[in-house]
Amino acid sequence: MNHSIETENLSLWYGDFQALIDVSVKIPDGQITSLIGPSGCGKTTLLRCFNRVNERYGNVTTEGKIEILGKNIYDPDVSLPELRKAVGMVFQRPNPLPISVYENILFGLRIHSPMRSITRTESDQIVEEALTSVFLWEDLKDKLKVRATSLQLEQQQKLCIARLLPLKPKIILMDEPCSALDAKGTLAVEELMEILAGTYTFLIVTHNMAQARRVSEECIFMFLGELIEHRETQALFEDPKHEKTADYVQMRYG
Amino acid sequence: MNILRKKSAANVPFSETVIETFIRLCGVSAIVFVFGIFFFVFREGAGFLFGGLDLGQFLTSPEWYPTSLSNKRYGTLALILGTFSVTALAMCIAVPFGLGAAIFVSEFCSPKLRETFKIIIELLAAIPSVVWGFIGLTLMNQLIIAVFNAPIGLTMLNGGIMLALMSVPIIVSIAEDALKAVPDSYREAAEALGATRWQVVYRVLLPAAKNGLLAAVLLGAARSIGETMAVLMATGHSVNIPSGPLSWIRTLTATIAAELGEVARGAEHYQVLFIIGILLFTITFVVNLIADLVIKGIRQDS
Repeated sequence: MNHSIETENLSLWYGDFQALIDVSVKIPDGQITSLIGPSGCGKTTLLRCFNRVNERYGNVTTEGKIEILGKNIYDPDVSLPELRKAVGMVFQRPNPLPISVYENILFGLRIHSPMRSITRTESDQIVEEALTSVFLWEDLKDKLKVRATSLQLEQQQKLCIARLLPLKPKIILMDEPCSALDAKGTLAVEELMEILAGTYTFLIVTHNMAQARRVSEECIFMFLGELIEHRETQALFEDPKHEKTADYVQMRYG
Repeated sequence: MNILRKKSAANVPFSETVIETFIRLCGVSAIVFVFGIFFFVFREGAGFLFGGLDLGQFLTSPEWYPTSLSNKRYGTLALILGTFSVTALAMCIAVPFGLGAAIFVSEFCSPKLRETFKIIIELLAAIPSVVWGFIGLTLMNQLIIAVFNAPIGLTMLNGGIMLALMSVPIIVSIAEDALKAVPDSYREAAEALGATRWQVVYRVLLPAAKNGLLAAVLLGAARSIGETMAVLMATGHSVNIPSGPLSWIRTLTATIAAELGEVARGAEHYQVLFIIGILLFTITFVVNLIADLVIKGIRQDS
């Protein structure tokens, strides 16, 4: 099996605080992998390493190796915009930009192509395709000019997934994508992930263990910055090898 | 029920009432002062405004001869054009610099440098306008003579540069607040899609903060329109329809400042100067009102 993401002895510090300790992991291609663990265990930090958004905060030091699609992303010849084009990210709170639905979908494409290189017919088609893939086209086809920030949260989060698609990413990172949604919205987003998996590699951070069991094929348990156990989801939940994993999946931690 | 009623009605401590009344007075005083100033300026000019002044001539004639013995003429067109032209020139300089500096301070510089910058910019705002006028009169005057080979450097360009330097701090601090108010999640979203820092600025921040930025520019312009001493000293103070950046001009504000000390109280000329005051009051009021409405627009959007 091929791996989209591979890390070797990855350690990361925020200032003096070590948030990741010697993490070595291989994330398989075209599947949904979930990251679970108690708050502060480093799962979001690990996720944010893979498109280097955690560098926004300044005082971050990284050691070790991260290979994405066979390329070390800390090599000096790596272009950050290209990396982020290949590795999309969906955030905890839906964060569409304060522009129209239509322009949100095209935003990624516009920043990665020369000025005025996209014709009106092309862009119309791209928007329709992207919204159709996330099952929003029927709901939003008459609201393309509406400000995206005024949509319902569930629609906003789906839109945040849809706006990644025109860039044809290989990997989609999701940081608790359903924590701001109600039960119906959560199910809708999960369903969407299952349909899109195969085309894209998903890595999802979640606090909701039922969600991890429902959607993911493999599951990674982290604890205090260390990767404790990485196995098939069912095996990890039903027959945890590690005591800490067992404690967590049986809810012995808060 | 009884206990509740007792507490709310009678048992408010006396000190509480005193403090509340005092704070209420402070709040109302601002309104009283504004209306008071408008009332007294209006009263001084009202007599001539409604009896004798040819308003058409006042607004459209460039002839300002308030002290002529045979034929007094009170045309302020040259003064109005002087005020607006020097303000427009000042804004042409101040807006790009001010907005550029605001973008730099809020998005591109390190937190440590940001603090230094803000202190220096506040210092710039604290320089008294007469000092700016002095710089215009000496340094900038000679510079303009040398660079443009002009006969005299006390021109619209000189005044415009001085006004620009005075309104830049206002534009920077308000525009920076507007950029700061854009939620960080927008920047993060755009960066995660692969946007460069400049793309984040012009595709996300400028559209998101546009109302605040417009308000910053308008308040900077209001500052320029109202400024007196620097333009009085730097623009040549000569009644003249401006024909270019190197022509000398006179502004509405400078006219009042220079002539009010020379006129007899209650005379026509005296009253006309107060009518110019009303005109200025109206102009700045309209500009501030627009800025307020624009800022309100931001709140409704977000």
